[in-house]
Amino acid sequence: MSKILEELLYSESHEWVKVDGNIAIIGVSDFAQEEMGDITYVDVPSEGDSVAKGEDFGALESVKASSELYAPVSGEVVAVNEELEDKPELINEDPYGAWIIKVNMSDTSELDSLLSAAAYAEVAK
Amino acid sequence: MDNQYKRTCLYGEHLALGAKMSPFAGFDMPIQYSSITEEHNAVRNRAGIFDVSHMGEIFINGPQAEQFVNHIFTNDVRLMEPGQILYGMMLYPDGGTVDDLLVYKEYADDAFLLVVNAANIDKDYEWMLRNAEGYEVGILNDSDNWGQVAVQGPASEAVVSKVLGMDLSQLVFYHFTDFSLYGKRAIVSRTGYTGEDGFEIYATPEAIVDLWKTFLAAGVVPCGLGCRDTLRFEAGLPLYGDELSADISPVMAGFSMFCKFDKDEFIGKDALVAQKAGGVQRKLVGIEIADRAIPRAGYPVELPDGTEVGVVTTGYHSISLDKSICFALVDSAYAPLGTPLNIRIRHKVFPGEVVKKRFYQTNYKK
Repeated sequence: MSKILEELLYSESHEWVKVDGNIAIIGVSDFAQEEMGDITYVDVPSEGDSVAKGEDFGALESVKASSELYAPVSGEVVAVNEELEDKPELINEDPYGAWIIKVNMSDTSELDSLLSAAAYAEVAK
Repeated sequence: MDNQYKRTCLYGEHLALGAKMSPFAGFDMPIQYSSITEEHNAVRNRAGIFDVSHMGEIFINGPQAEQFVNHIFTNDVRLMEPGQILYGMMLYPDGGTVDDLLVYKEYADDAFLLVVNAANIDKDYEWMLRNAEGYEVGILNDSDNWGQVAVQGPASEAVVSKVLGMDLSQLVFYHFTDFSLYGKRAIVSRTGYTGEDGFEIYATPEAIVDLWKTFLAAGVVPCGLGCRDTLRFEAGLPLYGDELSADISPVMAGFSMFCKFDKDEFIGKDALVAQKAGGVQRKLVGIEIADRAIPRAGYPVELPDGTEVGVVTTGYHSISLDKSICFALVDSAYAPLGTPLNIRIRHKVFPGEVVKKRFYQTNYKK
């Protein structure tokens, strides 16, 4: 059984969002990292790039497969977790600690369409 | 998993070990047990065991067995000693590849065992039947009656010798010997698909299940198809469907050395001779990129000016070499070593260059 944190929001494509004012902190769920296996590379955008809800903003690579990351909200990338460049395995070890990007949201009402922990539990099984 | 996929004799063992299962070549097969990286390293450093029972075993015999095999096979079986094995291909008349396979020359007269890819068993068998007209041969697809395991890695000689109770130190690379298990025929050959020393053992499905358990008890690491692919790829070995296919001839893939042009004839010879003389439009190359991003099958290969000149067939961040490398089919003009070629990975372009296809220094015991 994968871990789902109560205080986060989730997308059906297995990203999690932690809301901090107008900033969305984005990572991938425990379920997603378990499905991927050992993550060897994280492809991320640059600070200043814009991302659009539902569109891919990067990818996770395991030995066998790559899996695209989809933006749960729209906005501008204001920070990228540079630690993942050398230590992509942090996503396996601590998926809810290893955030990937922070986005300054252009439309916070997009959060309304994300899933609660309870609703995500139905998706992640 | 639905019943649409076949199961090998070791299916229950895979489930008991908690393997991640996935369809491959019509079989529900183990992709990994622990992690692809750990299993890969076990084979490179110690010994790992693979379930390869899905592979096909087709027996050819009769007074014209040698002529028939030489007719459908690119390599030359005429000078083979009993107990010897050759690698090669079966081709369509246009030079495209029906399959790549191993030919075992049996100790009995006028008999050969052809070991073919699981995905191609039915197609190969029909191809052989169709081309056997006029040859006095029997062709038996006995694939369902054989299980097979591959034990691979530097420790395999010691552990296989111990488990089988045979001294295998004198068994030469690409040779085999017969023995018996529970009163039925079994075969052990010094062959594999990993770039390491290793053995492949063929026996009845029941005997294979017992051997599997014995090897695991002896400390040999169970390995799935995930690392089978990373290992063969690093060693420069092709996978049918990716690097060889009906559209990819051995000349395009750079495996002409397994095609003997001094034979009077074999199916596809004329087409290959023409390809050698006139050149081919596309060639298989190795490409290394200077980044950790991973070139995957299907990604475009481009010139520095953005012109698309090829496509990736297999790619990984190599576990043994810690480099991002791939096989790609590219326009022949850009195949020479050192040619700068870029790979488009999602939205970004990564510069790379053509390198030798045998990425990893193989450790066969010859």
